[in-house]
Amino acid sequence: MEKFYTRMGDGSAVELSESALKRDLEEGTKDAAERAKIPPLSEDDLRRLLDIYKCPDKSVGVERGKEVILSYDSGTTKFNRANISVSRLQSLQLYERALGADTMEMGHMDYSYKPAKSIMWIEQPTLEQALLVTIPALFYGAMPNLGLYTQPDGPCSNPMELIPQGKISEARAAQEEMVEHAVKDMVFVGSVMYESGADGINFDTTAAAGDAEFLAALRAIAILRKKYPQMCIEVGMSGEFILGMHGELEYDGVRLAGLYPHRQLELVEKAGATIFGPAVNTNTDESCPWNVAKAATFSKVCGENSHIPVHANVGMGVEGIPVTLTPPVDSVSRVSKAMVEVARLDGL
Amino acid sequence: MGDPLGMHITHSIASGMGGMRTAGDLVGRMQMSRGMKIKEAKEYVANKLKVSVPDLADPIVMNEVREDLDIGRVNALPRVSKGIDAKFRIAELLDIEINCVSMFKDRISKKLGV
Repeated sequence: MEKFYTRMGDGSAVELSESALKRDLEEGTKDAAERAKIPPLSEDDLRRLLDIYKCPDKSVGVERGKEVILSYDSGTTKFNRANISVSRLQSLQLYERALGADTMEMGHMDYSYKPAKSIMWIEQPTLEQALLVTIPALFYGAMPNLGLYTQPDGPCSNPMELIPQGKISEARAAQEEMVEHAVKDMVFVGSVMYESGADGINFDTTAAAGDAEFLAALRAIAILRKKYPQMCIEVGMSGEFILGMHGELEYDGVRLAGLYPHRQLELVEKAGATIFGPAVNTNTDESCPWNVAKAATFSKVCGENSHIPVHANVGMGVEGIPVTLTPPVDSVSRVSKAMVEVARLDGL
Repeated sequence: MGDPLGMHITHSIASGMGGMRTAGDLVGRMQMSRGMKIKEAKEYVANKLKVSVPDLADPIVMNEVREDLDIGRVNALPRVSKGIDAKFRIAELLDIEINCVSMFKDRISKKLGV
């Protein structure tokens, strides 16, 4: 029986028969559909995915004319993390002139709004210089990262210490206080960088700390939208499901805990964002075809229901990309193709 | 983390438009400035450049178009637009506001007293 080379969600190689591939694709889409109560992928979509995973080529790509826009998170830190000694300005020139970047993003190495706030005077001139010598649109980006607001590094009690002690109301109050601090920091940084010339602000890995963090981001987006009607605001999520670390928080009458990507999108749009980035977590115990079918199911619904461009997060460990530091080209290129041709998104 | 080949280069080759090697930066700007979905953004830019939609991602066609319009190319030769100079032209070509271009104009006009 012919076997097809693919990988598990942790990147390890595995060979699957055609029937096993089909089964994984069907179960992946079923998993997403049941969790979020959304339609599964169509027979045509599953057949397309099957073709992508049966293709023996190391690398695959979209059909000519179907290319999409790429946006980036933590853009200028990626070369430094790979121990390449280049400045942020040089990193941006590499994106622009060597990587074919459609848009670019600059960020601080600590890549969170709280630490970025105190060094805006350093960030501004670097951004201003970059804007003078580069051509593609340039975002300034960071993570809302609500966890940085807890003691001993931050001003608020730590909900993760209070909850095990049964101090639920105190934990909720701490998170509500963290939201207030985070909103101020995100609005401050977003305002300063936009007034320095940035084309847009990126909220990356949003809601990593749960519903309170999502609320903080939504409030910051709404304030920035009102303040700067022309500003591009991109929102990349951290996972497929908003964790209910608080449990009772709402935005515009909608309870945030438990929202899946298509419902996250509705609120992000309502708050005033310009681009939405769903993130679907990769399950390391399942195959890449299973994970991609699941991710495409969640993401396709976002693309169909959105009034704004949807750029899926396709970094390490999300949307079917294996959870590994060196994602294989065979896996990454298949996710790229699937998100464009099956999920029919506007960008990645 | 950081693996430019595994992530950025692979996505760029598999599905990206190609940035300023092609018209990727221009289509990206329409998504960012007008919130256009990909189909609408491509059609808008193709119409402005007077090329077909598939040509927008063709580096041969777009290199010539970019040269004619002087809106910046990867191989930046002497006495052609670079950096913000090219963005002045892109803002005009696409009929959009580019934040840093508007700020630059504002500063210069104040200095010149116009």
